[in-house]
This record gives sequence, structure tokens and C-alpha cells, in this order.
Amino acid sequence: MTNIQTIAKQAEAIAQKLSIAKYDIYGSSVDETSVQVDKGKPKQVKASNRSSVIVRVWNDQNQIGVTSTTDTNEVGLEMALKTAYEASAFGVKENAPDFSPQAKASAAEIDFTKAAPAPVPELIETLVNAEKGVLAAHEAIVSVPYNGIAQRDIERFYLNSDGALRSEERTYASVYLYGKTAQEGRKPRAAGAMRFKTGIAQLDVDSCVQEAADKTISHLDYEKITSGKYPVVFSAEAFLSLLSAFSNMYNAQSILDNRSLSTAESIGTEVASPSLSVYDDELHPENVSSETFDGEGTPTRRLALIEKGVLKNFIHSAGTAKRMNAEPTGHASIGAKVSVGLNYIEVLPGESADDAYDLNTADGVVLIDELQALHAGVNSLQGSFSLPFDGWLLKDGKRISVESATVAGDFRDVLKSITHIEPEAEVTPGGVCPRVWVEALSITGEA
Amino acid sequence: MTAATFEQPLRLEQIPSLTYTSTTDKFDETWRAPLSTLLGLGRAVGADFVEFFLERKNYISCLAEDDAITSIAPSLVSGAGVRVFKGSSDCYVSTNDLTFDGLKTALEKGLAIMDLAMPAASASVPEINLEPLRDYGVTRGKDNWLASCPSMQTMGEVLLEANTALGQKAEHIQARRASYFRDWQEVLVASSDGTFARDVRLTQSVGFSLLCADGEHRSSISERLGNTGDPSFLTAWDYTATAVKVAEAAGKMLYADYVESGNYPVIMANHFGGVIFHEACGHLLETTQIEKETTPFLNKKGQKVAHESLTAWDEGLSSEAFGTIDMDDEGMPVQRTLLIENGILKNFISDRAGEMRTGHPRTGSGRRQGYTHAAASRMRNTYIAPGNHTVEELFASVDKGIYCKKMGGGSVGPTGQFNFAVDEAYLIENGKITKPLKGATLIGEATGIMNKISMCSNDISLAPGFCGSVSGSVYVTVGQPHIKVDDITVGGR
Repeated sequence: MTNIQTIAKQAEAIAQKLSIAKYDIYGSSVDETSVQVDKGKPKQVKASNRSSVIVRVWNDQNQIGVTSTTDTNEVGLEMALKTAYEASAFGVKENAPDFSPQAKASAAEIDFTKAAPAPVPELIETLVNAEKGVLAAHEAIVSVPYNGIAQRDIERFYLNSDGALRSEERTYASVYLYGKTAQEGRKPRAAGAMRFKTGIAQLDVDSCVQEAADKTISHLDYEKITSGKYPVVFSAEAFLSLLSAFSNMYNAQSILDNRSLSTAESIGTEVASPSLSVYDDELHPENVSSETFDGEGTPTRRLALIEKGVLKNFIHSAGTAKRMNAEPTGHASIGAKVSVGLNYIEVLPGESADDAYDLNTADGVVLIDELQALHAGVNSLQGSFSLPFDGWLLKDGKRISVESATVAGDFRDVLKSITHIEPEAEVTPGGVCPRVWVEALSITGEA
Repeated sequence: MTAATFEQPLRLEQIPSLTYTSTTDKFDETWRAPLSTLLGLGRAVGADFVEFFLERKNYISCLAEDDAITSIAPSLVSGAGVRVFKGSSDCYVSTNDLTFDGLKTALEKGLAIMDLAMPAASASVPEINLEPLRDYGVTRGKDNWLASCPSMQTMGEVLLEANTALGQKAEHIQARRASYFRDWQEVLVASSDGTFARDVRLTQSVGFSLLCADGEHRSSISERLGNTGDPSFLTAWDYTATAVKVAEAAGKMLYADYVESGNYPVIMANHFGGVIFHEACGHLLETTQIEKETTPFLNKKGQKVAHESLTAWDEGLSSEAFGTIDMDDEGMPVQRTLLIENGILKNFISDRAGEMRTGHPRTGSGRRQGYTHAAASRMRNTYIAPGNHTVEELFASVDKGIYCKKMGGGSVGPTGQFNFAVDEAYLIENGKITKPLKGATLIGEATGIMNKISMCSNDISLAPGFCGSVSGSVYVTVGQPHIKVDDITVGGR
């Protein structure tokens, strides 16, 4: 991508030429390499170098127009500004977005060291060895059909005609492994694991191999589950999936759009068990992808969403904050309509409990490791979900893999029926969370 | 266009001095020379096969919420991807830079990734002799499509009128949305087997999303229509008819009980009900699944894999259907592919890599979201063929079951287990619909369910859909007549 200072200068000159007085630009460029392997050999290597910018233009009626483009040179920028100006004639007149009042405020300083990119042969070798490791773990594991290792170098910036200019660079690396079994007379089973760090050298590939293998093996001896109500324990990943799927509960834009489980008056109401405290903290030290500003240039921060069961804050853009007399919180992505979304969730650990909440002795409890098909089985506007899952039925502490089943319920009921939050939190790519115990949910097993 | 002309074969050392001035606002014959050179370079260095995919996209979306236009979002995209094969391995490099140097840099990166070293500077580079440009863009007035599409002004006016109509038809409205997008795409494919083909695509979709609430009762219903190739699609939209349908469904589901979980016979409506075949079988017939050995239909060609009442197709030819394309994203004309005939597996859905790695011949199914994705075997318009029964006969055969009138999304996992949500369902008792139900999810295993589709009616209908998979999100059609599934697990409360 063209140098950010150059883009700023070019945009200023083009805006002047087009008589555009007010504009802002958010852009990013991504340099990415990824590898997949199959039976010890590279299957596909992908490399990509792509850039894009999104420009917003305000006309003299204070209506806003937006255009995004992948053409980040001067010609592309001029076309984008022109098109955005044309679109501004159809922009909203009421509650039109404005610059974030915090676009020039100090952002957190993060000591981030970019990782050097690893050469492709190293990526291939790492993944081939990882695939080998999963296959060697058990004779029933016959393939690792879904696998990948990737590294990304991302540069992002925000600037506006009021003089705001921010930029930052990050590197990320990830590896995932998904093993599959085949046994005579038995159904195939599959499970996986993923790791996410700043660079390939920092990835703990061995632990990813171990977890993928252990999980796959743990599903070998599966049984059907009788349909009914069961106490449920959500893994960190599964509970974070639910918190994200129903994020309209704390999303100010959803509330203003009447598409939320909350209303503006919900702040201060009890929405969950008093044992539950949830924060959104983009700057959490465990967040590998930590960014210091959002798409409107607002600094990111730690924000309490639910504290001891009480709804404390909504996540805001500049526009929603203005309309709801609050402060922007660093959760905006710019577009023709600014969207608001969660960053990195932290669920606070609970306290130690008695044996009733010990997985090693639990009986008749379903442990849900991973929820699937959230895009289909969640009705976020109604609060309901009915989702397939990977997990185990615990019988006297012994884990018996559940063959094929769904879990169904109402998200608001889930929050209120939390019976225990374990004292140890687990770090995942989407947040930090302990295992969460819930009183009873409907489980339907395949007959 | 000016290109250096050489009496002698092109030498590697001469490439940096070449100047090409290909047309910047259209993929045309001026792209032949630079792509011939680059493809030749790739082959000269030792690649078994090289393919360039060039793309320009002009996308716009428009959203009306209640009585205001809240978003008009144009997006301009251009880029290219180069795929390099060596043996059965391949790499894919994408870039936004469509200049000759940009494409050359991407190619060189791909060659280096495949461990193919540049030969000596004096090495000859035999340019690839590309076929005469196979230009699907000049057919059916495609080159005028973009200019003929509705203006921003018209988009806004139609959506506001439509949303007003929805407001008049529905009750207990909490929020109503009308949305539209137009996706214009120009693609050019050039590959070292001589393929040189261009296409222009126009995909549009419009629809409603309605949220109703009455106290603790809530219902949300969405409905989308889709089209390829008709610039007047939006202005011809009968939004009143769609509004009536959406309002009626939302009204019925508002006070619906949650479905009781269990195993039931199920009647699935035509139209978007076809998502069951898409998820439970279609994905598992893609050669990408054979490559990964994640399909239970591996090595089952010619064998019975479904009930004898079931015949299914995948094709890219139906007029203006959402998955219709003249050529796939590897430059191959699309086909009509018989997947299953009377329960017997006839063909798989295959792309170039699929043919190379599995032996199943290409079917014009190499598709991708855009230049950042390598093509993969993907469905187009996929549907169960009509049967001989009437819808009434299907209902009459059910004592107690579920009627799935409107399906939501779904997915299939690596072991062949599928699931999908039901947005609008009804209880069937003694062959009659008795009450609305909500919160149902259907789960099952592909090989099992295909043998339980025992009755197909004669009222096939197609519906637009968005399918996400290895090569990104592509437009597809799902479809079927009403079908009866003898027994399926329904997850609920």
C-alpha cells in the first residue's frame, strides 16, 4: 500500500480539487502466507498482498457518503472520493455520523514486537511434522483433513481532515489441526485444535498437536445420548461463542435499531447470575491481535459489560455514543452505516467450589467443548439457540463422547441459570474464559 | 496496445524491458500479450501449469430501515491471482496490482514458493499461444449491464416504497428492513493450456428482514430474491407480494411454541427447502471433499447412495438463477451435471485441481469469491428433480410430523454430519397442519438421510442462496419440490 503520509497528502489535495471539506479514511494492508499439507506433502500454499481503504465524505448538508476501494493509488483514491461524494446525496440526514471526538486522543501504548516472516519451506516443514504428530498419536486417526499454518503482517491506519492520523502494524501467526478417524464398523470422528501468536516462532505447535490428537481420540468411543434436560458445562470456547452470538445484548447500534435483546433502559438491570462478570478488553495482555484504535480512530479500552450479573455498559461507536449520551468505546468499524462489534472478551474466573462442580467426579453432566453452526442455529433477535455440539457425557467423571446431538435454550435463561464459574480461565483466540456450569439445558440426541 | 516484438524467441533478460499498455477499464485483447508472456515465463521456469485470474468488481449495497435509507455503500475492487501447479501441489498468490510488473511479481513469488528457480538470463521464454478471446461479455448485452442498472436514487426510492408496503402488511413490528445489493463482476482467465476467456456477471438480490415483538413473544423472518443478468430486476420487484408473505409468516411465528425435540417424519417445502440436499449431499459430492477423504460418497460412483425416488442435478445454465454463470472461474463453459439418478451416484462436482487429484472430470464448477481465492469445486444451481406425487399425498402420509416451510442456514462437518435451522415450521397431525413451531434444528448423517427421502412432489421451485466454503462465498441456487423425509432428528426444547 502507498505510504500512509502519502495517502494523507494525496487525499488532502484531491479533496481540495473536488471541494470536499470533510472526509476521513480508514485503510489496511495485509501481507499473508498460508500453507496446507496432505499426507506429508504441501497441498496448497497461498500468498496475498492486498490493500483497501474506505473513505467517508460529508457534503455541505452534513450528509455522509462512503466508498471502499482496493485501488489505493492516487487514481483510485480520487475515484473513491468522487463516488463517496456522489453517494453523500443519499446519506442520512438525521443522526449522521461525525468524527469521533476521541480520534486525536491518546491511545494506549503497546510494546509490540513484530515477528519476522518465516520462509515458506519452514512453514511447510512445521505443518508436515504437526500432521505427522497427530497421525502418530493413534492408529485410528487416518487423516488430518483440515490443517493450516499462516502468518500475517497487517498495517492499518485512520486519518481525517481534522488532522487525526493513527497507524499501527501487527504480525500474527496461527496453526490449526483437525484429525479424523476411521474404524471398521464405527462412524468417523473428528476434532481439532488451534493456536494463535504473534509469529511462527512463538506458536506452540506441539501443544496444538497434542490437543488435536487427545480430542480426536477422546471421541473414538462414542455413544448416543438420550434426549432430555442435562446440567451443562460450557468450555471457554463454547461459552465465548454464545456471548459473541448474542452480542446485540450489549451493542448500542443494535439497541438503537430495535434489534437487540436489551433496551436503552437495560443498563443497571440484572441479566445474569451474580457470579458472572464479563469485560471487553481489546488491550488484554493475552490478546495477540490487540489493536489500540478502532475504525473511527477511537482508542480501544477495557470496558465492563456485565459485573456481578448486572448489565453495566454498552459498546459504542461515536454516533451511538452521541445519541445515547455516552462515550465512544473503541468498538466501531466504519462503513456507510457504522457497525459496532465486540473486540476481546474476558470472563472473570469464579471461586473454588465443592465436589458437585468437579469434572473428575461429575455424573450425568454434559461437557460442551465446541458449538457448531452458530450462523444457522442462533436466533439472536429472539434469544434462542439450537446448536449441534462436540462434547462428552460425564459418568462418574468418565468422559463418554456424545455421538451427535444438539443443545437448545434461551441465552437469557442460560445467563441466569449459571451455577458455577470455575476458578481457572483458559486463553482462546477470542477471549479469556473459565468453564461455565449451567443448571439444565435441552439436549437432543440422534436416534 | 504496444508490445515489443521480437524476431527471435523472447529471452528472460528481455522481459524487464517489455512495455505493455493493456486497457485499464476493460479486460480485452490488449491483455493477451502480457499474459502470454507471463504464462510462458511460468512454464519456462518449470511450472506444470499456470493460471491467471483477473477481476474487476463494482458492488453497491443499499439498506432501508423503517422509513429511512441508512446505508448506500459502493465498493470498487480490482485484483488478480496467479496459480502455479507443480505435480499435484499448487500455490496461489493474489495482488491488487494489475500492472505487468505487479502480475510478474506475483508470478515470481508463486514460482519461488514452489521452489522453482529462475533459469539463466539467456533462457528462452516461449510465450503461450492463447486461444482467440472467448468473450462471454459480448453476449446478451452484458457489456451494457452495469450502465443499465438502477441509480442510487432509484435504489433508495424502491426500498423505501417496499419498506412502507411491509409496514402496512405486518403487525407488532419492532424493526423492518429492506435491502438490496448489486454485484457487477468482470473476470478474465488465462492459463498455460491456452485458455483465454472473459465473462461479465451481474448478480442482484433484494429482500426483507422483519422483526415482530409482542411482550415476550418475538419472531424474525427474512426473505430474499435473487437474479443474475437482469438490470431491471430491482425495479420489477413485486415487493407487495413479498411483504405479504413475510408479514404472514412473522405473524404466525410470533406466538409459536418451541418444537418438542425428537424424531419425526418431516415434509420439507420446495424452494429454499433444497438447502437439505445442498448441505447433506451437495457439499459431499465436491471433489475437494474427495481430496480430503471427508465424504462418505468416496468410491461410491455408480452405486446406490439414495432412495430410488431421488434424482438430483447441479448446473449453471438455468436462466437468471442465482448460481448461473456462462463460464466458471477457470474459464470452462458450465455444464448440466447429473449427480444422482434414481438413487444411483452418477457424477461428482469437479474443478481443475479436483480432476488432477481425483480423476473426476471437470464439470465447469471451479468457482471462487474473487481474486483472493483459488478456485475450488463448488455447487451452482443444485436441486432435487420433481417426482410424481402431489403435495397432498405427502401430507396425507404423515400421522404426526413436522412441516418445514422455511429453512434457515446449515452446514456439514468433516464426518458427513449435517445440521440446519428451520425458520418457519408447523406441526402435522393426521395429515393436516395444526400449529406453528419455532426453534427447530434438523440434524443427521448424509448417507442416512439420502435414503430416507421417500417421496418427491411435482412442484419444484428454486431459491437463491449464499454458500461459504474453501474458495469463499459464492452465489448458488438451492431447490427441490416438496419432499418427505421418513425420519429425522429434530433438536428443540
